[in-house]
Amino acid sequence: MTQSLIFDIKRYSINDGPGIRLTVFFKGCSLRCRWCHNPESLLPQRQKLYSRDKCIACRACVDACPQQACSLDDEGLVTDASLCQSCGNCAKVCPTLATEMTGRFYPQDELLAIIEKEVPFFDQSGGGVTFSGGEPLLHMPLLLDLLTACGERHIHRAVDTSGYGRSEDLLNVATQAELILFDLKLMDARRHKKFTGVDNQLILGNLSLLAATGAAIEIRVPLIVGVNDDAQNLHQLAEFVARLPGQRPRVSLLPFHNVALHKYVKLGQKYESGTMQTPDSEQLQQAAEIIGAPGLDVRVGG
Amino acid sequence: METSDQRQAFPQRKAASEGNFYADKHHEIGPGMNPRIQRLRKRSVETVPSLSIERALHETAFYRENYGKYSIPVLRALNFYDHCQKKTLYIGADELIVGERGPAPKAVPTFPELTCHSVGDFKILNNREQQPYTISDEDIATYAREVIPYWQGKTIRERIFSHVPQPWQAAYEAGLFTEFMEQRAPGHTALDGQIYHKGMLDFKAQIAGEIADLDYLNDPTATDRFEELKAMDISCDAVILFAERHAELAEQLAAQEQDSRRAAELREIAAVCRRVPAHKPQTFREAIQMYWFVHLGTITELNGWDAMNPGHFDQHLAPFYAAELAAGTLSREQAKELLCCFWIKVNNHPAPPKVGVTARESGTYNDFTNINIGGITAEGWDGVSEVSYIMLEVIEELHILQPGNAVHISAKTPERFLHAACKVIRQGHGYPSIFNPDVYVVELLRQGKSLRDAREGGCSGCIEVGAFGKEAYILTGYLNVPKVLEITLNNGVDPLSGKKVGIETGDPRDFATYEELYAAFVRQLNYIVETKIRVSNYIDRMFAKYAPAPFLSVVIEDCISKGRDYYDGGPRYNTNYIQCTGLGTVTDSLSALKTHLFEQKTLAMDQLLGALAKNFAGEEFLRQTIINKTPFFGNDDDAADEIALQVYADLLAAIDGKPNVKGESFHLNMLSTTCHIYFGKMTGATPNGRLAGKSISDGTSPSHGADTHGPSAVIRSLTKLDHSLSGGTLLNQRFLPSLLKRDEDIVRLGQLVRSYFTLGGHHIQFNIVDTATLKAAQESPEDYKDLLVRMAGYSDYFNDMNADLQQEVIDRTENEAF
Repeated sequence: MTQSLIFDIKRYSINDGPGIRLTVFFKGCSLRCRWCHNPESLLPQRQKLYSRDKCIACRACVDACPQQACSLDDEGLVTDASLCQSCGNCAKVCPTLATEMTGRFYPQDELLAIIEKEVPFFDQSGGGVTFSGGEPLLHMPLLLDLLTACGERHIHRAVDTSGYGRSEDLLNVATQAELILFDLKLMDARRHKKFTGVDNQLILGNLSLLAATGAAIEIRVPLIVGVNDDAQNLHQLAEFVARLPGQRPRVSLLPFHNVALHKYVKLGQKYESGTMQTPDSEQLQQAAEIIGAPGLDVRVGG
Repeated sequence: METSDQRQAFPQRKAASEGNFYADKHHEIGPGMNPRIQRLRKRSVETVPSLSIERALHETAFYRENYGKYSIPVLRALNFYDHCQKKTLYIGADELIVGERGPAPKAVPTFPELTCHSVGDFKILNNREQQPYTISDEDIATYAREVIPYWQGKTIRERIFSHVPQPWQAAYEAGLFTEFMEQRAPGHTALDGQIYHKGMLDFKAQIAGEIADLDYLNDPTATDRFEELKAMDISCDAVILFAERHAELAEQLAAQEQDSRRAAELREIAAVCRRVPAHKPQTFREAIQMYWFVHLGTITELNGWDAMNPGHFDQHLAPFYAAELAAGTLSREQAKELLCCFWIKVNNHPAPPKVGVTARESGTYNDFTNINIGGITAEGWDGVSEVSYIMLEVIEELHILQPGNAVHISAKTPERFLHAACKVIRQGHGYPSIFNPDVYVVELLRQGKSLRDAREGGCSGCIEVGAFGKEAYILTGYLNVPKVLEITLNNGVDPLSGKKVGIETGDPRDFATYEELYAAFVRQLNYIVETKIRVSNYIDRMFAKYAPAPFLSVVIEDCISKGRDYYDGGPRYNTNYIQCTGLGTVTDSLSALKTHLFEQKTLAMDQLLGALAKNFAGEEFLRQTIINKTPFFGNDDDAADEIALQVYADLLAAIDGKPNVKGESFHLNMLSTTCHIYFGKMTGATPNGRLAGKSISDGTSPSHGADTHGPSAVIRSLTKLDHSLSGGTLLNQRFLPSLLKRDEDIVRLGQLVRSYFTLGGHHIQFNIVDTATLKAAQESPEDYKDLLVRMAGYSDYFNDMNADLQQEVIDRTENEAF
């Protein structure tokens, strides 16, 4: 049976495409954006999360761990990563959900059943399903099967991608989606590599190829002060988007918020974007003006 | 009604309490479309409710003099007439719509014939911190001398309590149910459009015709009918007299008035009061004043629950508005000003306070007059008009406690109206609530109403449905369903008191299967319902015999033609409701029992009972396991939702169709008002991890914090229940203002409502929560697990964030200005 590793399914999602949507978040991503607000999305495997403030120090996890990887100290649960095999027994017995496993394999039929439950909301709002991540393109051919199955059910489909994947996959996916939400971050290749860990040539090339097919695209730009809010980057970005073949995509500016720290803490990781800043409304307005200059439709908020 | 409920249970944004707009530097006098409305509103919200003993003095003197001389209906009518003749009138500065139940705004009369306040009650009411009613020592002394001695042993309340059987008393005292009619008369009444086509003189002519047609030779009820019809006739005269006296007072005030503009207004008031309610109204203003006199008449005659409701007020006023606008005799602004005056009038009438005051069962000034806006007409057409939009503006601008208001959204309702209503909802006052005519029409049809009568129906005080103007739908009291499970788990004994309050359904330790346990619960449920109904029927007869309401009977259709009182089967339809409370709590509790005791077998009954008995003290591991590892109602999880469906089916089986004393039936609705808080105090720890004394779930809403999958999952769970089998369900949803920030978010909210209603939902209400709520959520996160916060590019649960992030959200929310 084909299964997809999913780390979250959000109902009443109103920021990921038109109408009321259900967003499926795949786990696993090739990028390592420093500002990433979903750090649990990055690795393509199940991971353990721990919240100290929910822990009642009951020791149930310590007793349940077959590898003796769990122990308790004054700071709460300590997991010895060298012993932990991510079996999830600790999460199963945890009474308070202080310990949780992120990532669950969903059989396709179960995922479709969940999506179909939302059809009344899609129908009333012109909404549908959005496949996001992580990077959904890493989940071929499962993603394509899911999209096809949703299409057969007349469900509006959106795919939110970093654009960093095989061109062939992206173009195939686009034939089975009504909307591609395409993330654009930095136009300068060196800075892109520095802040996301990967080159942007593939991304920009994919975007051009995609646009040439006439696919409906919405460009999503996370705006992070000090990273990509400079006039030069925004200007280049706007020019690039404006020169794309096909219909002109709308651009959404998503102001960065320093909100994901607790997720990094739960994963036991450091958050590198701790010093990054949230744009204020003036900065957002300026950015919107620059991007809108070549005649693009810009809006703030996802 | 749910608004006040919500205010009791959770902190609301500061702006949800009356009067606080005064801090706003742009509105030093407070909101309002013009200085007149600003002044009237300010006076209304700043006046502290007081008690007036005038009505009780008049009534006691009248009863002393006349009791025994007349039939009871005629005595009641003459008593009403006597008070209308003598009562102190009030016409305040700036007023355009006139009339108060008491001698001044917010002066609330007492109704000693129903229940007589003691000196102690008055002292508590005068001094209590929340919802005080002021009364002078002198008035208390007068009451003690003139009123209390006469009514000793004669009140309806005493009649009831002297006759109730011990099993009822035991269950009542344990908090298994409440009884509405022990303090107030049956009510929950709303009017149809009759009074806009008929004046009191027309009703009198109709009454005279019925009297002339009485057949004393062949109709054994002819004499009783004559007495009732005569009483109705007298009560019409009483209301005409009441209006005439206002006309005289207005003329006197006009003669003394220095300001020529106000003098002209007073003369206009006099002219209106000479016309209505004697004659049918001819203008928009007369139509409002007509309703207001009828409203005052019914709430002065008796103290019915939920005061009185105008029903589809916008639909009734729309023809007057359209005609006058076309004729050029009324502008939109004038119409709005008159509606503002009416709104403030309703706000001037706090609920009469109860006796034996603990303020536990209900603590609100709200008397639950509810304005229905939008919906469909009797013909099934869209009922939205310009008046509907004006009313939404009035609600948003005035921002006062009363009247309550509800928008009705059918499939035919235009998007513009839904959007306008959602914009008001975003203001975070907790209103308007939203009803679905496409479902409640089916509910009413199932109960046997004609299609036309069903469409003209709607929801009065809370969420209960009725055929407006044609039905007595009597709410008899709330049923504490989780408590029924509690006594089932204790073999009929209330663990809080140790007293036996139910029947013996077996030692729960002996139940081998979940089905055995559940069957015991159903047996207990049926016993409790029957215990309640037996007394409800007795009470219904007490009101029919000793406290008929002849004036109310005039304006409810078929009472005149039947010659029977509103309380005695006079209306076209006669329903009794039992309001079932705590579906979420009982479902989650049963789910916990089923999951952990009978399926996973990780918990023994004895261990659970022990933990419940000590309120989970030292059992946090068990409690957390239950809270976090049990399927709960409201998550679109069939494991829990099927239990809710079964409970709902068994509540229906226990209640629906049981005969009442009027030859019709009991039905259920799923209303809680503030009672889930009282019931919570009367219920020990429950198997769903709820601690003793904490409120049980409200309406058909999931337990607090149990729904963690967003509003669409709640809706899927709720609509597995067939709402059309009920007489109303209630769903409270909490949203943060940030989830409704953009205009398109408001569109989404409307679409969520449409989705719920397409799936068969009856009612939904949104609480747009504020900082105080967020802070409370920080303090007791498990009660707020369902709190959604809109973050950067996504939405998240507040509870899932750490303290710092929560603080950021709190700070950010405070900065958001709507």
